[in-house]
Amino acid sequence: MVGVRGIVAIVGVAGCLLLNLSHAGAAEPIAIGAIEILSGPNSKYGVAIKKGFDLALEKVNKTGVLGRPLEIAYEDSAGNKEQALNAARLLIGSKKVPLLLGPTLSGEMFAAGPIANQRKVPIVGTSTTAIGITDIGQYVFRTALPESDVVPVVLKTARDKLGVKKVAVMYAADDTFSKSSYDVMKIALENLGIETLTTETFSLKDSDFSAQLTKIKGLNPDAIVVASYVEAGAGIMLAKRSLGISDKVRIIGGNGLNSPKVGEIAGAAADGTLVGSPWFVSKQDPANDEFVRDFRAKYSEDPDQFAAQAYDTLFLVAEAIRGAGTAEPDKIREALLKTTYSGVLGKFSFTADRNPADSSGVIVLEMKDGQFHILN
Amino acid sequence: MLAQQIVNGVVVGATYALFALGFTLMFGVLRVVNLTYGFYFSAGAFIALYFMTTGGLSVWVALPAAALTVGALSVVLDQLLLTRSRRTDASEMSSLMITLGATLLLYSLATAWLGADIRRMPAGLLGVASGFGGVRFTGIQIVILGTSALIVWGLFALLRWTKLGIAIRALAENSDAATLMGINTRLTFAIVSFVSGLLGATAGVLVGMNYNGVQPYMGETMILKGFAVIILGGLGDVRGAVVAGVFVGLLETLVAAYAASSLREAVAFLALVLVLWVRPSGLFGVSEARRA
Repeated sequence: MVGVRGIVAIVGVAGCLLLNLSHAGAAEPIAIGAIEILSGPNSKYGVAIKKGFDLALEKVNKTGVLGRPLEIAYEDSAGNKEQALNAARLLIGSKKVPLLLGPTLSGEMFAAGPIANQRKVPIVGTSTTAIGITDIGQYVFRTALPESDVVPVVLKTARDKLGVKKVAVMYAADDTFSKSSYDVMKIALENLGIETLTTETFSLKDSDFSAQLTKIKGLNPDAIVVASYVEAGAGIMLAKRSLGISDKVRIIGGNGLNSPKVGEIAGAAADGTLVGSPWFVSKQDPANDEFVRDFRAKYSEDPDQFAAQAYDTLFLVAEAIRGAGTAEPDKIREALLKTTYSGVLGKFSFTADRNPADSSGVIVLEMKDGQFHILN
Repeated sequence: MLAQQIVNGVVVGATYALFALGFTLMFGVLRVVNLTYGFYFSAGAFIALYFMTTGGLSVWVALPAAALTVGALSVVLDQLLLTRSRRTDASEMSSLMITLGATLLLYSLATAWLGADIRRMPAGLLGVASGFGGVRFTGIQIVILGTSALIVWGLFALLRWTKLGIAIRALAENSDAATLMGINTRLTFAIVSFVSGLLGATAGVLVGMNYNGVQPYMGETMILKGFAVIILGGLGDVRGAVVAGVFVGLLETLVAAYAASSLREAVAFLALVLVLWVRPSGLFGVSEARRA
């Protein structure tokens, strides 16, 4: 133990320094906090989100909010719940931010969300899709579409456009994310009247899927619905092809398979795979064109969905602070519930329980030649 | 359908058997529970991948080259880690602890260096699938069955009919007596390490090719399965490891196919418990004294 007193002292000193600095400036900015994964193995998500925020911030600050510039104070969570929790304490307690963005992972939100809620500071997750996020409390918001909004759109499209009537389902039974994804799929399949011929499980560490797929082959499904991460999903695609299951039998994946890595690992065996996404780089509309163009100009790379969600969220938050008329947490919380915004993900507003209200922006993607494209 | 499932099961079982062979040989002759063995599985797959992608070699060169490289690595690691505890006649527990530490270090280093992402073997290796009366084999599955059969036969022949084989069996039975009879213990130990590393690496390359994915921690899941197989077959029993490997592969596949896929993970260990109740020294374990 470093000692609670030691931490208090450090935080106190850091707080004094910051206060001094912020009082030194003439036009005092409004600082909001952001907790993202900026280092470690999952930093690609947090870094993409930060890029989205920063690009939007430049644009917001052309006019500013309430006559002051907006500023983001970043804290690195490194993908660690404890660190996310401490970051929330630091940002709320000593930097006195009126709003928090992030954290990156749902698990981190379950650690940091209760603190923000207890201190009555709104916290807005841009990438937290798990069930139960906004149940943490009245101050917890999310702009990321939960899987329960995305998966039904994909399955409905498969049924209506591609004539999928009976499916086999496979999910990783030893993983909570995959299991929650499977629960969403099961309900959606029932609601849409798509018949489930069999439900097979596997372990995320498995590399052999031949037993389950041979069984599925004998049942002749129109498609195979898979809830898992990329590695196992790609393994299933490769095994499906080598067992001679027709390429017409598509894999339909949850959020876990919405990654270009699927095509990199499984190659041609991934062709035809369907996933849903709240956003896609080649989506054609003026707002998205502008976002993609400016993102490429600033960072010399393509944005991903995490950057897009962050980009929209920052505009939404700026709009809410303008609506609140003051940078006070409670006023901002009320304003967030009333704010509507139309961005690169389509129309956005919050439901009364602080989830995204509209899933009409969901896009169905199809894997072709190792890359996702919008399904025609 | 049943025929296809049996093929699936035998192919999985053959990779288990191949992997377990080296593991059980190490235990039987070297008297160590060497957990770095799982790392040889991963290392073999990575080295073969490197030879094929960066070196541009064909599978037929890359597979034996990777196996020989890992064999040499296995000798070096064995000398480095276990010479001291062998000299002091330390217990099997001490070798377990030493190699556990070494394995964790090796996996971490490999992950730090290569990343945890899954990598793919070059596309189109060994041709496409072919069918025999509705049952499909891929090229690589035939290679797995062929290589395993060849290696098992080779190992049996080595142990049974060569002077080296007699020396290995003598060491397994009683290392002090063998030393007194003039057998070069250090050299024989090194050869057994080499052969074990070679077997582990071969299994790694074949599994990596079959499922088209190579990843630093792939050996860690395999070693658990390997433990179940060698205990089931009788610790140190080469014939038992082969039979138990194929048995576990078939059992897992048939349970997933005809009972429930959720039971698949548990079934190998369930079989292990049941067999140990009835035969505490494994399916083929004769007695404590005779091994290898």
